[in-house]
Amino acid sequence: MSDMRFFVDPIRCIGCKACMQACSECDTHKGKSMIHLEYIERGASTQTAPMVCMHCDLPTCAAVCPADAIKRTEDGVVQSSQAPRCIGCSNCVNACPFGVPRYYPEIDQMLKCDMCYDRTSVGKKPMCASVCPSEALFYGTLEEFQSRRGGTPQNSFQFGEQTITTKVFLVLPDGEIGLDMDVISHMDARFEPDAFDHLDPFAHLEPLPMEQPQTLRGRL
Amino acid sequence: MANPPLSREEFLDTYGPTLHYSPPGGFRSVEDYDALVDTHCCFCGQQCGIRLKVKNNEVVGFEPRYEFPFNKGKLCPKGIKRYLQGSHPDRLLHPMRRTEHGYQQITWDEALSETVSKIQEIQAKYGKDSFAMLSGVSLTNEKSYLVGKFARLALQTANLDYNGRLCMVSAGAGNKKAYGIDRASNHWEDITDAKVIFIIGTNIAECFPITTDYIWRARDKGAKIIYADPRMVPMARTADLFLPLRIGSDSALLMSMLHVIIRDGLTDEAFIEAHTTGFGDVRAAVADATPEWAAEITGVPAAKIEQAARWYGEAETGMILHARGLEHQVKGVENVMSCANLALATGKIGKPGCGHSTITGQGNGQGGREHGHKCDQLPGNRDITNPEHRKYIAEVWGCSEDEIPGKGITAQEILNEIHAGKIKGLLSICFNPLISLPDANFNREALNKLEHYSVIDFFLSETAQHADIVLPGSLQEEDEGTTTSGEGRVIKINAPVTPPGEARRDWEILLDIAGRLGRGKYFQFSDTQEIFNELRLASRGGTADYSGITWEKVVNNQGVFWPCPQTTDEGLATMHAENLDDRHPGTPRLYEGGKFYHPDGKAHFNAVSWRESGEVVDDEYPIWFTTGRVVSQYLSGTQTRRIGPLVDQFPHPKLELHPRMAKELNIKTDDWVTIQTRRGEVIIQANVVNTIRPDTVFMAYHWGGKESANLLTQRALDPISKIPEFKVSACRVRLATPEEQVQGEHTKSLSARTEKNLPVGYNLAERRKELRR
Ligand code: SF4
Ligand code: SF4
Ligand code: SF4
Repeated sequence: MSDMRFFVDPIRCIGCKACMQACSECDTHKGKSMIHLEYIERGASTQTAPMVCMHCDLPTCAAVCPADAIKRTEDGVVQSSQAPRCIGCSNCVNACPFGVPRYYPEIDQMLKCDMCYDRTSVGKKPMCASVCPSEALFYGTLEEFQSRRGGTPQNSFQFGEQTITTKVFLVLPDGEIGLDMDVISHMDARFEPDAFDHLDPFAHLEPLPMEQPQTLRGRL
Repeated sequence: MANPPLSREEFLDTYGPTLHYSPPGGFRSVEDYDALVDTHCCFCGQQCGIRLKVKNNEVVGFEPRYEFPFNKGKLCPKGIKRYLQGSHPDRLLHPMRRTEHGYQQITWDEALSETVSKIQEIQAKYGKDSFAMLSGVSLTNEKSYLVGKFARLALQTANLDYNGRLCMVSAGAGNKKAYGIDRASNHWEDITDAKVIFIIGTNIAECFPITTDYIWRARDKGAKIIYADPRMVPMARTADLFLPLRIGSDSALLMSMLHVIIRDGLTDEAFIEAHTTGFGDVRAAVADATPEWAAEITGVPAAKIEQAARWYGEAETGMILHARGLEHQVKGVENVMSCANLALATGKIGKPGCGHSTITGQGNGQGGREHGHKCDQLPGNRDITNPEHRKYIAEVWGCSEDEIPGKGITAQEILNEIHAGKIKGLLSICFNPLISLPDANFNREALNKLEHYSVIDFFLSETAQHADIVLPGSLQEEDEGTTTSGEGRVIKINAPVTPPGEARRDWEILLDIAGRLGRGKYFQFSDTQEIFNELRLASRGGTADYSGITWEKVVNNQGVFWPCPQTTDEGLATMHAENLDDRHPGTPRLYEGGKFYHPDGKAHFNAVSWRESGEVVDDEYPIWFTTGRVVSQYLSGTQTRRIGPLVDQFPHPKLELHPRMAKELNIKTDDWVTIQTRRGEVIIQANVVNTIRPDTVFMAYHWGGKESANLLTQRALDPISKIPEFKVSACRVRLATPEEQVQGEHTKSLSARTEKNLPVGYNLAERRKELRR
């Protein structure tokens, strides 16, 4: 377990939600997904970004928890709140710099990704990283990761004054070394600016090449 | 005759779609199951390996099947939630007869004898061919083979066709013309060795998600991706070169790329000389296809076309991948042949990292097009009009040659003939043409004209709601057999559970009907493995040769790639399946050493000249309309629109349009819009996205009723493959009126019920009891 790592590479994410569907199969949170998929801006791009718990070395969620309900295991996995302790105050929800924990009013408890502890603690892969079709989520050793693909895995993040190191690595474009708090702006940075015109990939189509009828011609 | 006996509301209340969310008995602890059964996903043509959890004869969950080499545990959302269809409350559990007021439960004996007497009555009155059969390619190879034999020898009709006709037949026909065989050229592992991957007309990320991993693996080794599509689909977003071509203009783009390749001396003359014929004609055909010319037609800047041609032409290895975007056109076959011309001219075929493949959409789309349930085909991809081929199959079947009917008509043509009153009776299995064929209003009218319609299915699909007799069949997880994945790998489907209630395995139903028709002597099978063994014999010597494949070998080798022919004299001579040998290792990569499957051993160039689609935009219908899929739904949605978590992911179709068009038409995201074509109209909500060409709108096709994209599409057919032109239509779009909005909201409310909100008449508790078997 100890040298197994979890890598998140949003650039590969195809928005299929296999990770969420697989996560919801875990019987510790029956039918609910602890992984979130963010659309960067569906109107402008098909870019999506999966978000798991980053499993911080010094978890802010646990630090702000008044009931001491959030435990970090020896091997660095930050657990969901413990049911008997959690008082549903949502401090963790507000404090987590990555926006991970969610409060579930129907059970009055915070739940979040625990890296499939039932699986990873016995040497299996987490569900989401098992199924992810394009390996936007990858679970393996650092060597395995580096031997098969490029990108810079990064596990130190700067949120204003706060530096956070995590068990989960975010894969950045080759050569990028630090990450300020604006995570999302980096999603498409790997590519040449003209390879994907983020605002309008079809800008060059003006004026439209096709014969258009009067109602639309030249005005689209 | 066959007007549905209930209103849409009543159907919804009684037969669903019902949204089903949790496994039988609720979510249970990870270790709580009786068995883990290795099998495959029942959906798309990638046929991912999966392991189903079984408890008390019910499928209760899944585990990744890491050691299956194609997907290594990876799955898309459909594969993950597929297990929820297993004990689904909408499941058909009894044979039924339609009455004035709906459906009435009857016995199997009544259902079968009524079906058989109607077949006999109609055939006696109007001739054998007046009774047609339609089948699906979610069926296993064994069932496909059986259906082909059943229609010819039991029904004795020529009019059998299958829903692969709506899928990859253009690719099949184009491949046959170019290479003499109809299969993806390589196993997918070859993709990872390509230096350039040219993807055209396929939304890989949403339709074939696992393939994205193969492409990323190639990119990790430095491959460049060229992506041509009218939408910036998720994989196109990260492509090295994106060609946003106008729908229907594919062949112009491809011709122009070949023009550049020839002009710049990037052809492989030695390969052309040694292994191909017809290059001269193709060279002449693209002589005027300059990038500037193609830019006018496609809307892709000439410089980008040049770039694409040079990248593809210069690279040491390269792969061309396409799917329905290119094939679902009246020029589908020409488009595919244009791709083949590119691959052949550059010698990028038959080597590691080189190839030209269609990506199969339907579960057994590949296998389903080989075993003879196409109207013009006999097993082994044999030609039903070829006397030699007929003779061999007659020998295998033990019938006389003239007992095998001739060539029939294709799926859409069968519907046309039903509409024209020439075909009077229909038997269908796992096919939902009301949603999957174009021009739904026309097809609905056709179904209503049938004198008799019997259906074999497991849910009451929109089409099945027109049936006179409903015969409850089996889900994939309730029967054994093989399927053939998109890469040509024959794999084994296992049966973790038995059919619930009185439902039966499909092949048993067919055998019973054949027996009652007095044709039982041709159908002496006691299990599906026996059917497979006869299939092996029947395929021997055909292009799709399965004769060297055994079930055991499939399991031991994690799949076997066809062709897998006989290697011994005994195997070549025998007429007994048990004497066939299984020594051939199978063929992951076709055309190695420049060997093609035409009688002359060469590949054939096919000259293509540019022509327009069946329908183009004009003053009346000024906007291009195209259709496609979303990742959480499969085909006509008969299965996936019943699985709650998949429906939640994309509950209703939306009209995608570009902000510039939206501004012109004063439409914002979520506004209700009305889309009209010459065939019909649809009222749905808009999704304004700048990932689509500004002159084109897009809608996914998986939904039924008034949300059906195929209300809008046209019945124009490719002249060779007879595939309808789903991907190109002309439409107009406007904001919906307030009355239309009300109608739209109503339509939406009729698309599904969640289990919690079922009406009393649905009798959920009763059904659950029977589902427990
Ligand atoms: S499974 Fe992978 S590709 Fe699909 S949404 Fe999740 S992270 Fe993205
Ligand atoms: S990412 Fe958020 S929830 Fe996860 S350990 Fe860090 S602070 Fe806690
Ligand atoms: S639908 Fe296709 S990609 Fe998804 S799990 Fe099934 S076979 Fe795999």
